[in-house]
Amino acid sequence: MTSLLRGDRGGWILFALVILLMVYIPIGNLALSADHPLYVSTYTVTLLGKYLCFALLALSLDLVWGYLGILSLGHGAFFALGGYAMGMYLMRQIGDRGVYGNPELPDFMVFLNWDALPWYWYGFDQFWFAMLMVVLVPGVLAFVFGALAFRSRVTGVYLSIMTQALTYALMLAFFRNEMGFGGNNGLTDFKDILGFDIQADSTRIGLFLASGFALLAGYLACRSIVTSRLGRVAVAVRDGEDRVRFLGYSVTKVKLAIFTFSAVLAGIAGALYVPQVGIINPGEFTPVKSIELVVWVALGGRATLYGAVLGAVTVNYLKTEFTGLMPEAWLFALGALFVLVTLFFPRGLAGFRLPWKSAK
Amino acid sequence: MKYLDSLREFMRPDRVFDVVYRPESAHVDIAQRDILYIEDLTVSFDGFRAINNLNLYIEAGELRCLIGPNGAGKTTLLDILTGKTKPDSGSAWFGRNIDLLRLKEPEIANLGIGRKFQKPTVFENHTVLVNLELAMFGGESVWSTWRGRISGEQNDRIGGVLEQIGLAEQRDVLAGSLSHGQKQWLEIGMLLMQSPILLLVDEPVAGMTHQEMDRTAELLRSLAGEHTVVVVEHDMEFVRSIADRVTVLHQGSVLAEGSMEAVQNNPEVVEVYLGE
Ligand SMILES: Nc1ncnc2c1ncn2[C@@H]1O[C@H](COP(=O)(O)OP(=O)(O)O)[C@@H](O)[C@H]1O
Ligand SMILES: [Mg+2]
Repeated sequence: MTSLLRGDRGGWILFALVILLMVYIPIGNLALSADHPLYVSTYTVTLLGKYLCFALLALSLDLVWGYLGILSLGHGAFFALGGYAMGMYLMRQIGDRGVYGNPELPDFMVFLNWDALPWYWYGFDQFWFAMLMVVLVPGVLAFVFGALAFRSRVTGVYLSIMTQALTYALMLAFFRNEMGFGGNNGLTDFKDILGFDIQADSTRIGLFLASGFALLAGYLACRSIVTSRLGRVAVAVRDGEDRVRFLGYSVTKVKLAIFTFSAVLAGIAGALYVPQVGIINPGEFTPVKSIELVVWVALGGRATLYGAVLGAVTVNYLKTEFTGLMPEAWLFALGALFVLVTLFFPRGLAGFRLPWKSAK
Repeated sequence: MKYLDSLREFMRPDRVFDVVYRPESAHVDIAQRDILYIEDLTVSFDGFRAINNLNLYIEAGELRCLIGPNGAGKTTLLDILTGKTKPDSGSAWFGRNIDLLRLKEPEIANLGIGRKFQKPTVFENHTVLVNLELAMFGGESVWSTWRGRISGEQNDRIGGVLEQIGLAEQRDVLAGSLSHGQKQWLEIGMLLMQSPILLLVDEPVAGMTHQEMDRTAELLRSLAGEHTVVVVEHDMEFVRSIADRVTVLHQGSVLAEGSMEAVQNNPEVVEVYLGE
């Protein structure tokens, strides 16, 4: 692990902070009483857990955008698919405790007068199967999409538009009731996960810790790519893919491998996000979500990994604060922030140096 | 991975039966003196003959300069030799056993024919060292690019090439901050990492200072012998300083060939160059 973080000061700071939180938060929430000054409310635990998931998602985008040069405007789709796979497991866990008390069918299916579970819901009552799907569904989709796009050498803006179209198409599909994913309302009213009450403080802490571990593991995995020769080939592809091809590397395979891995990371982030927020609906597929994600990474600073984490947490913290004050102005504020940072800190927050330290 | 590799080796379509196995894709046969045989080569673009019945033989280990006025077909000739352009007729053999016209670009590159393009294209966001490393491992699978490390021996080879191209001190400098001339050398270095037998170098000194030209001349001279080097160049002074033999192309065919002195005094060459 230490060799993967060699020379990565931002990474060390990130690790220190996340590990610190992972020690303090459980104590602050479970062991301290509510009137203790260091007490951490369950609301805060969930909020931080959410930020960790967003950070992992941002990491996955930085890998393909920052290092490989693929500006995906549809990465939210992989996040949402991972989230739906987890949501389907959580739906099946409800059992006969739903409003209609049907032991087999989720409420929305009873409401639609369906009399049997669709085949693609089979197996989701098993946790291991659902986890397999969390990885496989985004991975396979990214692989097939990538194989088609990269082999025919679609690049640049055209590729970005295709990724945007992908998430848009999925959004339209998931909005339809007949698809069998709860339509407009999505999947919600979860009761428990692996037998633990999903509302309980201890479960919340467990999910928070899982998100922390996932972020750190994801960070190390990304580092193992970007510090290897594969990472250097990726940067070379970003800067001049024809030349890389001429050296004899298969640009298609390099892109495919990294893009697929990135989609899997995004899927895992989605799967951890859903039990913490308690809902997954087609709104996660909206193109705006994917574009917001791009803004996080741009603000944080591309091709540093820790910059993506920084961007995701900063923007989402501001969003939480801002939507409390005046929700309708959030997108304008985000836009203004984006313009300011691109103008004054083109390398993002990660590229920001204190004036007296800038002479390196 | 080991099993996968041996399976892959076993499944290679050109190796399944010895009858199908084509030794020509393995090694170039230069038992004869010459390494490149180009005969009656012709290519036209929309009726215009860019290469017209061209005959050219290059000896193994020599340093040959191709000169000629703009549009004489020099770059087009290199395009044909590297598989980028298919000619209308004629033949081009690498050694006595390899028919270049039947092969594709990567196959030709893997046989040991390296080419430097007119415009230098190095990876600007990588250091000089990494540029050479990437060139060295070209053709590697995704898995081994991820897991692979450089061995001490490979490091030494990179060090050797760094010395050769005179960039040892710039080893850890980003390629983007090199001067134009240094970029050209780095690109020649990237070619060398692929251990080519034949180097095709298109206009290496365009845009160089005099000092840089001298260094380039030295570099190219040092490569001849171990490698066969074909240099396409405009700059007469530069050509004079390096060439063993010079071939003058004009309107797609050979106008004159010989030592620089002989060529310069050839009345036909004088007419073509001065008539311009
Ligand atoms: N792909 C092509 N299509 C049409 N014409 C071409 C093509 N490549 C080269 N030519 C023409 O062939 C002639 C020879 O070009 P080239 O080989 O580039 O000359 P040079 O000797 O200056 O390198 C020029 O007149 C050029 O316009
Ligand atoms: Mg030319």
